[in-house]
Amino acid sequence: MTSTLTTPTNAPRDSPFVDLSGNSRRRWRERRVKIFLISSVVVTLLISIAIIASLLGQSIDFVTTIPLDKLWNFEQWAPRIGDFDIATLFMGSLLVTVVAMIIAAPLGLGAAIYLAEYASPRVRRTVKPFLEVMAGIPSIVLGFFAIAWIGPEIVQKLFTEASAFSLAAAGIGVGLLVIPLIASVSEDALRAVPLSLREASYGLGARKLTTIVRVIFPAAISGIVAAMMLGISRAIGETMVVTLAAGAYGEANFTTNPLDVGMTVTSGIATLASGTDQVAGPSGGSAYNSLFFLGLLLFIVTFTLNIVGELFVRRIRERY
Amino acid sequence: MSTRDVEVSKRITVERSLQGRRFQPANIIFEIGLIISLLASLGFVLLLLATVFSDGISVFEQRGLSFFTSNLSRIPGDAGIAQALFGSVALAVIVTIVAFPLGISTAIYLEEYAPDNRWMQLVRLNIRNLAGVPSVVYGLLGLAIFVKLLGTDMANGSGLTGGRTLISGGLTLSVLVLPIVIITSSEALRAVPYSLREGAYGVGATKWEVTKKLVLPNALPGIITGAVLSLSRAIGETAPLILVGAFYGTFFTTGDTGTLGKFTTTYTALPQVIYQWATEAQSEFNVQLTSAAICVLIALTFVANIGAILLRNRYEKRW
Repeated sequence: MTSTLTTPTNAPRDSPFVDLSGNSRRRWRERRVKIFLISSVVVTLLISIAIIASLLGQSIDFVTTIPLDKLWNFEQWAPRIGDFDIATLFMGSLLVTVVAMIIAAPLGLGAAIYLAEYASPRVRRTVKPFLEVMAGIPSIVLGFFAIAWIGPEIVQKLFTEASAFSLAAAGIGVGLLVIPLIASVSEDALRAVPLSLREASYGLGARKLTTIVRVIFPAAISGIVAAMMLGISRAIGETMVVTLAAGAYGEANFTTNPLDVGMTVTSGIATLASGTDQVAGPSGGSAYNSLFFLGLLLFIVTFTLNIVGELFVRRIRERY
Repeated sequence: MSTRDVEVSKRITVERSLQGRRFQPANIIFEIGLIISLLASLGFVLLLLATVFSDGISVFEQRGLSFFTSNLSRIPGDAGIAQALFGSVALAVIVTIVAFPLGISTAIYLEEYAPDNRWMQLVRLNIRNLAGVPSVVYGLLGLAIFVKLLGTDMANGSGLTGGRTLISGGLTLSVLVLPIVIITSSEALRAVPYSLREGAYGVGATKWEVTKKLVLPNALPGIITGAVLSLSRAIGETAPLILVGAFYGTFFTTGDTGTLGKFTTTYTALPQVIYQWATEAQSEFNVQLTSAAICVLIALTFVANIGAILLRNRYEKRW
């Protein structure tokens, strides 16, 4: 340390300025470090490019070889026999996401309001880690929980006509997975509302419920919308819960009934790839290419939702 | 207690005294509704743990350690998770070697070195978005790049990665957790106050000296917390492994390969085995063995998560 901090010797003797950048050895080290760090940034950029490139290439192959009426006919998704109805998977993803948000939006938001507005600091400190642990549960575990418990004990008890595996059971499982995300983002938004707003509201004689509903909630709305966006994006992208609990394997019929067996965009990818047939093999057939087409659709949808969510989050940061 | 906590406590005291003895049913119903939603969220976790534990406990009782030391098998009584544990640990090692140095150095550049221009804002936005990309898409990336482009297929075993091998799987998971490592490390670096850096610059230290000797040591607890959390995320991921070809079946052998040889042959991992067992028809597989394997996976991820949270709470500095 001492040697590197001595007065630079290479400064001109009669110059009024002292070269503080140090000796050449130190300068070289700074440059080497900087180049190394920049190269790691470049690698992360390359990953994004690689994602888009790998998805786009195969997708274009896929779209140009499959006739349009095979892509959108509301019949079935059965890639192994050449039926690629995207609408089936879109409807599946939509149903799962709607069910998931019906579960996760009120529970997550309710938990967030309680933690931000009602809980004493001690309760908050105790409960918050539990939510964080909940966020760390692997999705395959919730998938198993969905087939072992949610399907038979909740969905089939409530709706006797439901099948053992259903989009609804998958949706509830995904909902449980999304709760911690929604709770933590909305709690951050609620806590970002300045205390002075609450004080002003109480000062005018408003009770707590009125303060929350009429003052705090509107002030935090952009953050809460962001939480919902991120939640929806996460629900659409969730794979294993749906793959296990929705029941359809490799192919699925078009359905608008959440109590039916079904398939989403994500579980379409996962179940098609689990087989040991053409998809896993070296040949790049249409079924193999369809994986990348689905991936591209998924990427575009979640990317858009994340960007919009991000813009909303930035709005709360700027306001206060 | 942070100043924020003090403010909240004050507010709660004032609210209570203002409230007095007045009875406000709407307030109470609302609060009860909120408590129910919180308890329901937490209750599901407890229910899940109870279900899995009560179904899986019999396997641990009957089999004991042999469940951990046996290989996959078609016979439920012989099936164990030795190969899966090896796979998961090996994947975690690869992630540690690849993703952590890369992620942490990217974070250092972005926080300490990068100019604040449009390009860097774009890079940051890009990283935040990468963190939101569904994991199955990373699996597709791994399939296209690591399995197909950099490796040839399983049978030949040539190419850089050798196709469907632990190396491909590990690299895929590394790419998956990289944005998370970058984001958590950036936050940890940002939490180090700027006055510390100014002090060091004042005595003539260079940028790297400031970073290495002051900023990094102070940000280390935060960085490690983020790293541990991303490791537990990597261990629990299933979908990408399906795509990059973690073994799916009830039996496989790698032949007579040594430990290093296992990195370039067929592999499996704990979540993948759970997926396989959960879809088997026999209840020995799809209830008991699955639950037991889930107990092991949950134990691994919980220990990592709780450790990380405790570490953060213990070393979190308030400047």
